[in-house]
Amino acid sequence: MKNQLGKIKENIIEMLLFLSAIFSIIITGSIVFILFYESIGFFKEVSIIEFLTGKEWTPLFANPKFGVLPLIAGTFLTTGIAISIALPLGLIAAIYLSEYATHRVREILKPVLEVLAAIPTVVYGYFALLFLTPLLQKFIPQISSFNALSPGIIMGIMIIPYVTSVSEDSMRAVPMHIREGSYAMGATRFQTAIKVIIPAAFSGIGAGFTLGISRAIGETMVVAIAAGMMPNFTLNPLEPVQTFTSYIVQVSLGDVPHGTLEYKTIFAAGVTLFLITLIFNIIGFWLKKRIIIRGVY
Amino acid sequence: MVTENLKAKVNNLNFYYGNTQVLKNNNLPIFEKKITALIGPSGCGKTTFLRCFNRMHDLYHNNRYEGEIILYPDNINIISPLIDPIEVRMRIGMVFQKPNPFPKSIYENIAFGLRIRGIKKKSIIDEVVEKTLKDAALWDDVRDRLHSPAFNLSGGQQQRLCIARALATNPEILLFDEPTSAIDPIATGKIEELMVELKKKVTIIIVTHNIHQAARIADYTAFMYLGEIIEFGPTEKIFTVPSDKRTELYISGKFG
Ligand SMILES: Nc1ncnc2c1ncn2[C@@H]1O[C@H](COP(=O)(O)OP(=O)(O)O)[C@@H](O)[C@H]1O
Ligand SMILES: [Mg+2]
Repeated sequence: MKNQLGKIKENIIEMLLFLSAIFSIIITGSIVFILFYESIGFFKEVSIIEFLTGKEWTPLFANPKFGVLPLIAGTFLTTGIAISIALPLGLIAAIYLSEYATHRVREILKPVLEVLAAIPTVVYGYFALLFLTPLLQKFIPQISSFNALSPGIIMGIMIIPYVTSVSEDSMRAVPMHIREGSYAMGATRFQTAIKVIIPAAFSGIGAGFTLGISRAIGETMVVAIAAGMMPNFTLNPLEPVQTFTSYIVQVSLGDVPHGTLEYKTIFAAGVTLFLITLIFNIIGFWLKKRIIIRGVY
Repeated sequence: MVTENLKAKVNNLNFYYGNTQVLKNNNLPIFEKKITALIGPSGCGKTTFLRCFNRMHDLYHNNRYEGEIILYPDNINIISPLIDPIEVRMRIGMVFQKPNPFPKSIYENIAFGLRIRGIKKKSIIDEVVEKTLKDAALWDDVRDRLHSPAFNLSGGQQQRLCIARALATNPEILLFDEPTSAIDPIATGKIEELMVELKKKVTIIIVTHNIHQAARIADYTAFMYLGEIIEFGPTEKIFTVPSDKRTELYISGKFG
């Protein structure tokens, strides 16, 4: 009898766990479905070719143009700047924390990093606009007050903690006896970190990089505030740009009537952003597998 | 015993983990191109003793050495703070209790020691890889898959790879810390044969809690108990006419 009760309890727990798993899948599925559904309406009115090859993005103008290339350029530009700062610095910080820092230093630095990650992004946005941009203007007079460089740099700094935290965890998880094997061969700390620990922690570091890049692509506030909301088809970091995310914010904040073509552009932009992120994640996954099999070994 | 060449000599060695003294006033000669076994019950300090020879304790804080380990022929004290531990580890190799190949290919595991010494030339590395794998009796097993991951090897093969890795840089002394305790009996036999073969070229110190292993392969044996070397001598003598009561009890399996 008691046994049976226990079994029923087990079953209920299993059912609840299953339901919550299903629930999150359904939610995600619905979001993706709505995204695609709403953008179908958009693509009934605008050809995919025009969308993908057009160099002008002016959906809210009297004579609207629906070329998405400026948003792609803006997104890649700010993301590129951000990750070229965050990946190297994040990895160096992870190497330091995992392989060099004493226990005490690590205990102090890790919480500081976590605080850095907890600062609201709007603060970073205004920091880019009101502090970094004026500073940059002193050195580069031709830079606009809104530009891709300043928010790119700030986003880079903002995502360092993500890259560092995930990379450091995976480096610290490399067993001590592997590390000792390297030291016993006469390797220095640096050689051990570069030649043994990083390859051993490669999949975790890859995960840190993927997380960092996803954060940069998806980041909204910083670029919305400091990059200028100007859909420029350019790769010049000194000019104002607009990213997918800041465009979506712009439309959502405005008073575009529900159901209009302008309204549907945010879903088209959303789908494109979703697909870019998806492709990027698949490439990351594939690269990780490939490098683990070939490159390192 | 007088005719042997000294490779190293331990004089009044003490060792502390923080405030805990684990090695107490140890003295031991290490003879060149011989196998010296260190036996004793678990926890008596064998590993701690062995890891003094390549300064592994320097990797952790609050560890402290006292005394000397003189390395011949150059007469340097390898535990002196004035001596760079990396220089010591360049000359004294180690094989660990648990096989610890790097997450790299078989080839790159062996190339590692050469690469960190700045050797880049492929022809040299190729040659060393082949030679040390042959020396470690592993060449025939792996010649067709040198570039596959070392983790795919069996435990015994991994341990032989670790031996090959250590041999690649021509160490003067090779330290073994219970190298067969994580390995099956057949693989153990192979590694024992290998060690006997290797002593033609290199001085070997092996820690083992398997007294039969010491009896089979060691030229000299030291018995350690509670952080002290109680007795040292030719293996035959230690196992037949030990002079200390505790040694006698230990080798007859009465404790430990
Ligand atoms: N890192 C360490 N810190 C503190 N005590 C240790 C450490 N490593 C080993 N010890 C202690 O030192 C003693 C000797 O250990 P060890 O050298 O590993 O013995 P053995 O190899 O003979 O089994 C044991 O009492 C063990 O608990
Ligand atoms: Mg031990």
